[in-house]
Amino acid sequence: MPVPTERKAQLLSGNEACVQGAIAAGVRFFAGYPITPSTEIAEGLAVELPKIGGKFIQMEDEIASMGAVIGASLAGLKSMTATSGPGFSLKQENIGFAALTEIPCVIVNVQRYGPSTGLPTSPAQGDIMQARWGTHGDHPAIALMPASVREAFDLTVQAVNLSEELRTPVILLMDEVVGHMRERVELPATDEITVVNRVKPTEDPEHFLPYKPGPNLVPPMPAFGDGYRFHVTGLVHNETGFPSGKGKDGNILVRRLLAKIEQRQPSIAQAELYQADDADIVIVAAGSVARSARAAVKEARAQGLKLGLVRPITAWPFPAEAINSVATTAKAMIVAEMNLGQMIIEVERAACGRVPVIGLNRIDAELITPQDIIARAQEVTKNVR
Amino acid sequence: MPNLKELMQHESFFSPGHRMCAGCVAPLVVRQVALAVGDTPVVVANATGCLEVASTIFPYTAWRCSFIHNAFANAAATLSGVETAYRALKKQGKINKEIKFIAFGGDGGTYDIGLQSLSGAMERGHNMLYICYDNGAYMNTGIQRSSATPLFADTTTSPAGQVSSGKSQWRKDLTAIMAAHNIPYAAQVAPSHFMDLMTKVQKALSVDGPSFINAMAHCPRGWRYDTREGVELTRLSVETCYWPLYEVDHGKWKLSYKPKEKKPIETWIRKQGRFRHLFTDKGQTEIKWLQQRVDEEWSKLLERCKEVG
Repeated sequence: MPVPTERKAQLLSGNEACVQGAIAAGVRFFAGYPITPSTEIAEGLAVELPKIGGKFIQMEDEIASMGAVIGASLAGLKSMTATSGPGFSLKQENIGFAALTEIPCVIVNVQRYGPSTGLPTSPAQGDIMQARWGTHGDHPAIALMPASVREAFDLTVQAVNLSEELRTPVILLMDEVVGHMRERVELPATDEITVVNRVKPTEDPEHFLPYKPGPNLVPPMPAFGDGYRFHVTGLVHNETGFPSGKGKDGNILVRRLLAKIEQRQPSIAQAELYQADDADIVIVAAGSVARSARAAVKEARAQGLKLGLVRPITAWPFPAEAINSVATTAKAMIVAEMNLGQMIIEVERAACGRVPVIGLNRIDAELITPQDIIARAQEVTKNVR
Repeated sequence: MPNLKELMQHESFFSPGHRMCAGCVAPLVVRQVALAVGDTPVVVANATGCLEVASTIFPYTAWRCSFIHNAFANAAATLSGVETAYRALKKQGKINKEIKFIAFGGDGGTYDIGLQSLSGAMERGHNMLYICYDNGAYMNTGIQRSSATPLFADTTTSPAGQVSSGKSQWRKDLTAIMAAHNIPYAAQVAPSHFMDLMTKVQKALSVDGPSFINAMAHCPRGWRYDTREGVELTRLSVETCYWPLYEVDHGKWKLSYKPKEKKPIETWIRKQGRFRHLFTDKGQTEIKWLQQRVDEEWSKLLERCKEVG
């Protein structure tokens, strides 16, 4: 399954596309632990990485996997891990560590039904809030939600790029449907892919401060062994990287961690709008549910019901601007998600009471269908008129 | 102990009708354990794994006893809580019954992710028996390597190919690690030698404190063998000394079975698809290494058991 140098149609699953995206983005280290429905990513990289001089390690659990990913990133390799619900929970402490110590890394979470072991082979979108608040303390969060196999490729590349540019952990929040679904895809040729590499320091090692931010608030990052004194700790540190034990340093550090994402937010937060401009009812749906929503929009419009779609591509930062753009034109919004209402909280926040926001939720391990959406839209139409 | 035929008349805590694969040896292990336990009430904790998944498919269950499946990593920790509460209730006079506590985990849930919680439970000295059914890989998620996977076995995360000969590490010696906790009883068993297995389970349950049993449990899916041959292969793992039967009783190492004639490792691996890549001209070196390491480990064990080789 080598990354093609030119465009070629292939039949791939989302997990396989993620493998190819990782390789295309320059990931050369993967540490993981088997867990359904993400295991194909580990299996794929176990075969592919050694062929291109990369390394695959299977660790003894998810805590160790995340630790190894952080270590490898510090040593200078673009690093990634993949997991699902229970494993995502175990990785959280280290994700917080990576956020505080600004270690670039990508965590793929192919969401499955939870909590706990739940329904391991069934789809869900129950980790949207965990992707934001899973680790303790205030911290930045970026999470991308692909809705197709091609997008699993593209967003894997983007996740790696963002993590390298911003020195922060980035979460690729797939769901079981996208991970296991097979589609015909044409992946971009190598020269069409933008690859971002972390900025390395240029000053002489004598005067180097490892946590002195650059112009984009991101400190240049040496690799272990580059000749710089680079002390990394999960304790609050100042620009020297050494623990300071001072609240005022925590205040500077954590605010900067959030600010470096916030100032890039307008270009990170993404959403796709489909027939949303003149829609009476706007469906908000992400990941695999957005596919049903798109079908529902087409079908409903044929029946004379003006539906539209806002599809958040980034769960975090949430694309509030896209919601904002339709909040005054739509008569109602329906947030369709395979959980009991997580994304809806953000939609309500962005809509600011300008439009009724109604949930459509399923947690019976079945995908929300276009019929579900149309039925709810018809019901809502009756009530808002 | 009554003979097998008499034991079989008994209703045990593990019933037939579960949905483990044809040719899977894990349920044989559990069945023999259950027969050895007899009528004593038990609480079973089961780590996530094939056994847990395929023996508890709603609305059926194969377990005629109290049963808890928590997560992958924490069967021993969960049972620690149950056993401690039981002791407290017993002390208060609220429970008078004699209850035994048994945890089952596969090699993934025992050698790898569950090792920390197992080690903690053994060190604290809970009155429990932990049984690992070792099928040498993550079979439930589709055959990924574990730290119990044999050297050179082909798995989906240690794939054999032009460059790689499969897994490149020797398996973790978990039974020795457990013995090093200085627990009263640790043993290695194989269900092909069922009297030995059942005797060891009874010994393990009779000691005061924690005990550990590591059971060889072949997997037809992961090892790729004819489903008829499960028990025969289990026997060969013992006869080749890849999986020696022994016990560590209050610190004393004792060999339970010494093959009259130690069979070459080739007789065991030849029947398994996961070693197929070794049966080429190039693979001869690997087979030789494998044999060498088996011999080394066997002599080490003989020495520990003060046996003459």
